[in-house]
Amino acid sequence: MAKYLLLKHYRGAPAPVNNVPMDQWAPEEVAAHIRFMQDFASRLEQTGEFVDAQALAPEGSWVRYDGEGRPPVTDGPFAETKDLIAGWMVIDVDSHERALELAAELSAAPGAGGRPIHEWLEVRPFMSEPPTITE
Amino acid sequence: MDEVLLRSLTPQVLGILVRRGADFAAAEDAVQDALVEAVRVWPDDPPQNSRAWLVTVAWRKFIDATRAEASRRRREDLVEEQPVPEPASSLDDTLRLYFLCAHPSLTPSSAVALTLRAVGGLTTRQIAQAYLVPEATMSQRITRAKRTVSGVRLDRNGDVATVLRVLYLVFNEGYSGDVDLAAEAIRLTRQLAAVVDHPEVAGLLALMLLHHARRPARTAPDGSLVPLAEQDRSRWDTALIAEGVDILQAALACDRLGEFQAQAAIAALHADAPTAAETDWVQIVEWYDELVRLTDSPVVRLNRAVAVGEADGPRAGLAALAGLDAALPRHTAVAAYLHERDGDLATAAELYAEAAHVAPNLAERDHLTRQAARLNAAIRG
Repeated sequence: MAKYLLLKHYRGAPAPVNNVPMDQWAPEEVAAHIRFMQDFASRLEQTGEFVDAQALAPEGSWVRYDGEGRPPVTDGPFAETKDLIAGWMVIDVDSHERALELAAELSAAPGAGGRPIHEWLEVRPFMSEPPTITE
Repeated sequence: MDEVLLRSLTPQVLGILVRRGADFAAAEDAVQDALVEAVRVWPDDPPQNSRAWLVTVAWRKFIDATRAEASRRRREDLVEEQPVPEPASSLDDTLRLYFLCAHPSLTPSSAVALTLRAVGGLTTRQIAQAYLVPEATMSQRITRAKRTVSGVRLDRNGDVATVLRVLYLVFNEGYSGDVDLAAEAIRLTRQLAAVVDHPEVAGLLALMLLHHARRPARTAPDGSLVPLAEQDRSRWDTALIAEGVDILQAALACDRLGEFQAQAAIAALHADAPTAAETDWVQIVEWYDELVRLTDSPVVRLNRAVAVGEADGPRAGLAALAGLDAALPRHTAVAAYLHERDGDLATAAELYAEAAHVAPNLAERDHLTRQAARLNAAIRG
């Protein structure tokens, strides 16, 4: 039993196989993609492995503390920051292999031409609680 | 009202319903409903016989649900099936449930969830909170688990080791929430020990009690981990230790050694030492040798290397470590510790930092980072 974060990137990940921007897809292909994502989440709930799924807006703010009594400094976006998180799914699974298997299924979401996107997803284990028995 | 006492009746009540012919999944739902009603009603109107009350209410809930299901089926023009009574069996009802909920066809997480609900009497919400997943997810996990075992007929003892592995997981996973899972694991293991006479059940119970006894000393007020050697031993629970040692001794007298008894023996030797310096590491190494023989586990060999380092000096410990796969969890942390003991602070500091980087949990990472910082400060003078 371990939790994993499946991270989807707007940019920063290597290029997917089926690399066509979403705004170039046929409308029914966009619909099929969204349906796939929803079905995937509800299927994970059925298997008792779903924890959370969220999408993030592409634009955010960079914020920094600027001293007592002063408003926070905002800046950016910074050109050198290539990585941009699009969203995530959190799963609770029995093994690392299962986490990889599910990430691979998610990566097969249909894209242009109805073919799998084969996009790269990042799989990150959560830090667990320390076990009681260690010796 | 004593909720733990109420929940302790769960397996008996469920067992009775199944014996009367209710199928496991429906009976389990009915018992849960009865438990919820008991929590609501008993404070104002306590029953004379708790178990009889629960059986009556649970059976009524089962009949109501079956009728509703039957009328739904009639609407759908399906054949109504009558419950078929479970064949008579000499197997204790409670024990049967433990075996069913830990059935090898279940994944570990499903077995844990089903055991906590059907044997432990916890609600789905409580289990979901304990394992930090949404209630809907936990509900599906339990439903699937019940479906998986619904066709299983138990007319003889399963392998008690499968049950022990599930209880060990509940105890050791260490999540924290409203439900004290460690205490719950101890309760369920006690209950199992009451219905089955097996030295490994006793061994696991002793192991849990001996580790639970250290719990007050294991974390500092700021939440950080306190390693065994630095724990304030006056805060260990001596009553739990005494009970654990008694149970272990009785189990060892059966002369059927198993891995939980051997692990408990190691915990007992730590419990027995008034100070860390007085620990009988030679005997602990001997128990690790037994554990290696019993399990042939690389994790056990790693822990053995630590014990060898204490018994025969850090060089011997490093030699024991040398034959092990460096990819083992905590291998680097052990190497760091042994190098520090050997006086090579620079190497130890580097290894502690490396170990912190790959630590599987925050508490360990923080602990290892502090060790690296402490050594680096010492090296700078």
